[in-house]
Amino acid sequence: MKVLLCISHVPDTTSKIRFTDNDTAFDKTDIQYIIGPHEELALTRLLEVKEAIGGMTITVVNVGLKETEPTIRKALAVGADDAIRVEADPTDALFVAKQIAEVYKQGNYDLVVTGKETIDYNGAQVGEMIAELLDLPSVTSTSHFDIKDGKAQLEREIDGGKEVIEVDFPFVATSGKGFALEPRIPNMRGIMQARRKPLAVVQAVNQEIKTKTNQFYLPEVKGACTFVDAENVEELVRLLHEEAKVL
Amino acid sequence: MSVLTYTENWDGKFKKSTYELLSYANEIAKKAGTELIALTIGEVDNEELKSLGNYGASKVLVVKNEKLNDFIAKSYSSAISQVAQAQDAKFVIFANNVSGRALAARTSVKLDGGFVPGVMQLPSSIEPFVVRKKAYSGKAFADFELNSDIKVLSLNQNSFKIIEDAKEIAIEEASVEIKDTDLGAKPQSVEKASGKLLITEAETLVSAGRGLKGPENWGMVEEMAEILGGTTCCSRPVADLEWRPHEEHVGQTGKVVAPNLYIAIGISGAIQHLAGVNSSKVMVAINTDEEAPFFEAADYGIIGDAFKVVPKLNEALKKFKAG
Ligand SMILES: Cc1cc2nc3c(=O)[nH]c(=O)nc-3n(C[C@H](O)[C@H](O)[C@H](O)COP(=O)(O)OP(=O)(O)OC[C@H]3O[C@@H](n4cnc5c(N)ncnc54)[C@H](O)[C@@H]3O)c2cc1C
Ligand SMILES: Nc1ncnc2c1ncn2[C@@H]1O[C@H](COP(=O)(O)O)[C@@H](O)[C@H]1O
Repeated sequence: MKVLLCISHVPDTTSKIRFTDNDTAFDKTDIQYIIGPHEELALTRLLEVKEAIGGMTITVVNVGLKETEPTIRKALAVGADDAIRVEADPTDALFVAKQIAEVYKQGNYDLVVTGKETIDYNGAQVGEMIAELLDLPSVTSTSHFDIKDGKAQLEREIDGGKEVIEVDFPFVATSGKGFALEPRIPNMRGIMQARRKPLAVVQAVNQEIKTKTNQFYLPEVKGACTFVDAENVEELVRLLHEEAKVL
Repeated sequence: MSVLTYTENWDGKFKKSTYELLSYANEIAKKAGTELIALTIGEVDNEELKSLGNYGASKVLVVKNEKLNDFIAKSYSSAISQVAQAQDAKFVIFANNVSGRALAARTSVKLDGGFVPGVMQLPSSIEPFVVRKKAYSGKAFADFELNSDIKVLSLNQNSFKIIEDAKEIAIEEASVEIKDTDLGAKPQSVEKASGKLLITEAETLVSAGRGLKGPENWGMVEEMAEILGGTTCCSRPVADLEWRPHEEHVGQTGKVVAPNLYIAIGISGAIQHLAGVNSSKVMVAINTDEEAPFFEAADYGIIGDAFKVVPKLNEALKKFKAG
């Protein structure tokens, strides 16, 4: 079983977001980068399944510039077997999906896994786009993932519930809430081994760019919080009704 | 040329978000000087279909096909793309919910269009097409320019108001061809919390965190949601500890919500939690700790013990509602 796991390289979840160049570019100063949290959980679950069934290789792929390599090495340290970096600035979702579809075609994979969404671009679209480009079935927002007797056993989140899904390999799964709970932390041995694991760099293929970001904005600064005395909750009800007009 | 919206139905019924979606698409159709067409898949009765005309749709196309009995992103997006092509749609607009997002992404690839997911307001310009969405998990916004002939959008829920624009609506059937290879991921069984208001649709959310100590204490939270006609949600540790169902988890790694009123009880206000809720119009925090970060984001706050404040607040709200 060959699995291709797509990982994004994103600002740590606690980052304070700032922009530069007249708010047209993200300010990378002092930003720590991490593996996208959804992909980190997906990797954890894939490793659990691999340990249970054996005979699985997990290749991580990232579309990014050289600066993403520490993030890729971290995935290798957690336990991925090898890695591919597509040399390009990942500006547009379709562009990223196209690169990953190309990597898939070169590698005879049985399964592609992506996170639910990136925490910087918040697209939640790359996984489905890959599936569409490769004419593969997809399972979106997968909330349970297992492989037993060579068959995929999945559940997916739907609006207002969940669904058990049967799907034949190969397919694309995007990981959702419940895929795994706690991310696996790399140990010393993993970190040592990661240095020697293969990380191939491949050139990007052409894809027309259809979307671009012109301008960023920060949310308006909120006014100070109005405090209401705990003994006077009627005052809160009054404010919500008369001032905020939400009751 | 036309603007096509995919108006999902739930067992033959539309929701508030359907009408938000139509209202939004109708404004785009007006700006682009063209008609608004709705598309729905499966059995919906005529009365329900006619309701789409109240928000600007001049035609609704109903696709009935046995192969579309189960929701499968590949087959549904194939159906939608076929209709979009037949109607010469230049805009195809979806609700930004779990199914809408998946369909929009696939449809944009099929139609060779560009896709901006999770738009939150009308485009600031049509030529070039520029529209705003959230970025950095709600910590910022970005203006996206879309440079393709066919434009695919998904609209964030609760971000656009419903605007009535009554039209005489034509109801027609549309036929599509579904290949067996489009049916690869087969749903086997469904578990649905029937009748429960979805947290992404609710106008009022009462949310509670680890400050509530244990699942047995949620009665007063549910009571408040009921009084306010809203529903409940929670912070991530509460879902991880299985005090509450996972669907209720909001935040950066959970659901992103934008209600009119968000009441946070015993939630510290970590940046990852706020990322999922900071588009709420009004936020109230109730917390024992006056230093809790939630008070920096909240509009109104009560420093106090939830176990004392919430029951009193429920009584006051009940009195208010009783008039
Ligand atoms: C990668 C990553 C992603 C994350 N994603 C999310 C996410 O999507 N959503 C999310 O919520 N979190 C997320 N988190 C976790 C987040 O950092 C916080 O740990 C979490 O939000 C804290 O939950 P809490 O406020 O319920 O609990 P706590 O931090 O334990 O806070 C409990 C609060 O209750 C107050 N309290 C205690 N007793 C009472 C009382 N009797 N009455 C009133 N108040 C009381 C306390 O003062 C405290 O402020 C994420 C973390 C990481 C690292
Ligand atoms: N630059 C990238 N390289 C590899 N995978 C990516 C990249 N960007 C996004 N992905 C994957 O696609 C998923 C969805 O991304 P998005 O559509 O941007 O929200 C992420 O969770 C990743 O698994």
